[in-house]
Amino acid sequence: MLLVQFLLLSAVLFCIGVYGVLARRNGVMVLMSIELILNAVNINFVAFGAFNGTVTGEVFALFVIAIAAAEVGVGLAIVLLIFRNKRSVDLSDVDLMKG
Amino acid sequence: MVAQNIFFGIMAAIMIWAALRVVTTKNVVHAALWLVIVLAGVAGQFLLLGAEFVGVTQILVYIGAVVVLFLFGIMLTRASMGEDENVNLPNRIVPATVGVLLFGLMAFATIDYWRDAELPKDGSPTTVEAVSDSIFSDFIVPFEATSVLLLAALIGAIVVARKE
Repeated sequence: MLLVQFLLLSAVLFCIGVYGVLARRNGVMVLMSIELILNAVNINFVAFGAFNGTVTGEVFALFVIAIAAAEVGVGLAIVLLIFRNKRSVDLSDVDLMKG
Repeated sequence: MVAQNIFFGIMAAIMIWAALRVVTTKNVVHAALWLVIVLAGVAGQFLLLGAEFVGVTQILVYIGAVVVLFLFGIMLTRASMGEDENVNLPNRIVPATVGVLLFGLMAFATIDYWRDAELPKDGSPTTVEAVSDSIFSDFIVPFEATSVLLLAALIGAIVVARKE
């Protein structure tokens, strides 16, 4: 197996995630796109770890998984709070600090 | 080797299709369920790379916990279970352009530099023992920092989401 095939798959997932973050208005769906980006990063970590024959890549992938879980917990709590205050999760409505 | 490449290709095609559905479907619940397929595919790629422990952790943490959390978030924000026209920006040309250009840049850079790099052919799967040895010797400080971060995120999420 070539290394580059994993890197390209990861690049595709990353760019789809970036598109999702930019194009979505629903807060929960933006968080899902962020998960796509983090998974793309994990594929890169593990692929380079296998390429170099060390476990360091896998260890960092585990850290990313833990931090992604923390991120999604706090992120959904924030989305829930936005919903409670505005009765909507539309990110276009969150313009309180707009001048 | 051929079998692995065929397996990789099938899984990559399914993952890319599912990822596109995650960011294009108008149904919030369907987006979460398509996300399950992408995450399972990522776990499969980890297994293909010999990272068994990370693959199993991926299934436990992502499919077991994160997706359930997403479904709870969808339920609590009372998203419509059918199609919702308001989940996308009206003008999606700019995000699509950014995505395609970014992919072009990344693909050019990676193919240019890593074109001939082959993964080791005799690579045996890394054992859980090796991973835990590495975590508890070289990466003990980041590991402890992660546990503190998880605790802080737990308390923070409860404080943010709790009713007054």
